[in-house]
Amino acid sequence: MIDLLRWAAVALAFSLPAHAQEVSTFKLPNGLDIVVIEDHRAPVVVQMVWYRAGAADEPRGVSGVAHFLEHLMFKGTDKLAPGEFSKTVEANGGSDNAFTSWDYTAYYQRVAADRLDLVMEMEADRMRNLILSEDDWKTEREVIIEERNQRTDSDPSAIFGEQRRAAQYLNHPYGIPVIGWRHEMEGLTRQDALDWYRRFYAPNNATLIVAGDVQPDAVRALAEKHYGPLEPSAGIAERKRVSEPPQLAERRLSLADPRVSQPVLMRTYLAPERDPGAQDKAAALTMLAALLGGNSQTSVLGRKLLFDTRQAIQAGAFYDGTSLDDTTFGLYVVPAEGVTLAAAEKALDDALAEFLDTGVDAAQFERIKTQIHADLIYARDDTRGLANEYGQALTTGLTVGDVQDWPRILDAVTAQDVLAAAREVFDRRRAVTGWLMRDGQEETMQ
Amino acid sequence: MIRAILAGLAVVLLAVPALAEVKVQQVTSPRGLHAWLVEEHALPFTALEIRFRGGTSLDRPGKRGETRLMAALIEEGAGDLDAQAFAEAREALAAEFSFDAWDDALSVSARFLTENRDASVKLLKSALTRTRFDQDAVDRVRAQVVSIIQSEDKDPDAIAGRVFDELAFGDHPYGSSRNGTVESVSALTREDMFDAQDRVMARDRVYVSAVGDITAAELGALMDDLLGELPEIGGLIPPRAELLLPPGVSVVGYDSPQSVVVFGQEGIRRDDPDFFAAFVLNHILGGQGFASRLMEEVREKRGLTYGIGTYLAPMDLAETWQGSFASANEKVAEAIGVVRTEWARIAAEGVSDAELQAAKTYLTGSYPLRFDGNGPIADILVGMQLDGLPVDYLVNRNSYVEAVTAEDIKRVAGGLLNADDLRFVVVGQPQGLDQGD
Repeated sequence: MIDLLRWAAVALAFSLPAHAQEVSTFKLPNGLDIVVIEDHRAPVVVQMVWYRAGAADEPRGVSGVAHFLEHLMFKGTDKLAPGEFSKTVEANGGSDNAFTSWDYTAYYQRVAADRLDLVMEMEADRMRNLILSEDDWKTEREVIIEERNQRTDSDPSAIFGEQRRAAQYLNHPYGIPVIGWRHEMEGLTRQDALDWYRRFYAPNNATLIVAGDVQPDAVRALAEKHYGPLEPSAGIAERKRVSEPPQLAERRLSLADPRVSQPVLMRTYLAPERDPGAQDKAAALTMLAALLGGNSQTSVLGRKLLFDTRQAIQAGAFYDGTSLDDTTFGLYVVPAEGVTLAAAEKALDDALAEFLDTGVDAAQFERIKTQIHADLIYARDDTRGLANEYGQALTTGLTVGDVQDWPRILDAVTAQDVLAAAREVFDRRRAVTGWLMRDGQEETMQ
Repeated sequence: MIRAILAGLAVVLLAVPALAEVKVQQVTSPRGLHAWLVEEHALPFTALEIRFRGGTSLDRPGKRGETRLMAALIEEGAGDLDAQAFAEAREALAAEFSFDAWDDALSVSARFLTENRDASVKLLKSALTRTRFDQDAVDRVRAQVVSIIQSEDKDPDAIAGRVFDELAFGDHPYGSSRNGTVESVSALTREDMFDAQDRVMARDRVYVSAVGDITAAELGALMDDLLGELPEIGGLIPPRAELLLPPGVSVVGYDSPQSVVVFGQEGIRRDDPDFFAAFVLNHILGGQGFASRLMEEVREKRGLTYGIGTYLAPMDLAETWQGSFASANEKVAEAIGVVRTEWARIAAEGVSDAELQAAKTYLTGSYPLRFDGNGPIADILVGMQLDGLPVDYLVNRNSYVEAVTAEDIKRVAGGLLNADDLRFVVVGQPQGLDQGD
């Protein structure tokens, strides 16, 4: 088996936590939430600061500003020259970077455990004391436009994904790309970035995660020393974004591009996400994605489209419920040579109908649950992955308790739950179906 | 803060972070197979890494892509189990197997729970020794590979890499895509798969490491069982590749707002006494992170790219020193000019003491951070064996970095780096760029 679409791997991400006894949590008086995940096997530590501010929190017209600010956070403070942050981490043998999504912006450093004091001092400093010089922000705007060139505009499947997402959300800002629309990125200013920074970068809008060879008491002492003196912001309100109106009309879109060689059919449905204290439906959808498309040889779509009808060379499903607002459930088919996208779509719909009709294969269901139990063990070998799971969950409205309940909730999902969730989500009025095609070999979309 | 950090640096020089305690046991099985083992009983599973030296370099003329197709088929049916039954059996054990092949090796990576170890190894053994290569599996996976080849033919990064490799290595296997061409892969037969497997997966070229919940005695028995039935001797690995790579600029027209650039020149052997000087030099010139000269000059100062990096590629049969970046079509000529200037500057002047010190601190400090999980450690240990390194390299490696002097770097940079030798392959619609050899 060979993966044609690398992101398809998300289909079997169960988002599993560390064992409860290895996780400690506390809060500083200024509102900073702290999570410590202990792993004493190697003298390494990861510090992550997650802000509850992402692209979906941007004002209209300045798309990309969350990500722009993420870049500018490396441009220095009163105490630190531009670029000095990363240079210092590297000079201490560590690595650092940052990433932005719709619901969060996160910064991390990975260093030897005895360097935690240093990286905490620097990370706390830039939480409140960023300085942006006239030169730095303009050059960095060029860099993010090059990033967009590289990641989106040079890649027809990325453009296709961006357009599909914009069609999925009629009103909610999840329809706007994190990198930003190019014409709005070109107009981003220093003031836009500073407005964003002052609004969201404060201890009471952040979660600090420290994972690795550390003791919770030592982390608490260091956090009190470095983050403790920072003033909270009075302007942090509960995040309430605009919501979707009822989605009443199916959306269909097609893109033909000379750079495409392999046509792809992709469909996403609006779907519920994990909510605090209410993760059952998201758990059922997670199991549904694993059943439909987790493995090419054993999943419903793999068996049907790759083995039985041989109309596809790859097919799958994906769902990630870790999201503040409504997320999507996705399906895709890579048609075999000579199979039209129309035929591939019909084959997909037939396979879904058959699944809803015949129900869940008990043996396959059992094997997926076995995999979840094993992944709880394998996950403990990857401290960075665990830190990520907690960071994402805690910036999308979930609590530590929700994260730790998740395996039990997944385990409790029944076949009936899966089918009920599938029937609810598979509503074409809330779906976007896209055809990505070769230039010159377009089909007329049905 | 800047003062505080400088004070911090002074301390760092004296106290490089401690290496994770990696106690490697060299295991020899009853039947004479060798492995490196780290026992780690904290978690009830084992990560196992196996490499067969040679990899896709063993593809026969006209059958390019056979090793990669064969590797992709190892999990598509074995013994009494067809592809679906094999996958079901693996899932029921919650074992994970993956198979890959590249220029110098074929890799087998496995992860299995202690409670399912025997059954998992039995299943893996059937995949390695009783692969079915059923015709329908060959056809199904072949269609996937063909689709990937066709996509790569339109992917600017893949095009740039392929054109560079062709210019560098011509007809040697290093000179073409390891996936093969549509024509070569379409012509491969089931018999080719059995043949390729016997030549690639033989005991005379196997390397093994294991990290996790397993003892030396258990690993020895496991290896004899798992690998004992493989052919004793495999196919002949081809001779060293002659580096052709004429200097100059090649442009491949491609309709995109951005040009992708792959560039490079001759590199240095892994066992060369100057390897570590070149390794430190590369870090300063274009290594990982934001601190390199090229990142500073091309991204930070001029905003010409999102990222640029260089790396040493000391392969088994040839060595290159390569880099890559992408720039808007109207900026790429300027970016290439900056790369040439920096290449020439470092070749003429070497590096400053401050740069050398910062590079050493990073390279020595980051080394122990790699050892942060059973899987990563097993991967490092098997890679060391492929590179012909002794176990004590784990302990001594940082001292090799520390021993590099500014004079070493100046000598190596002056002798090895030559801006006039650089070949740039540009895929896009670059403006103001002269193509030429």
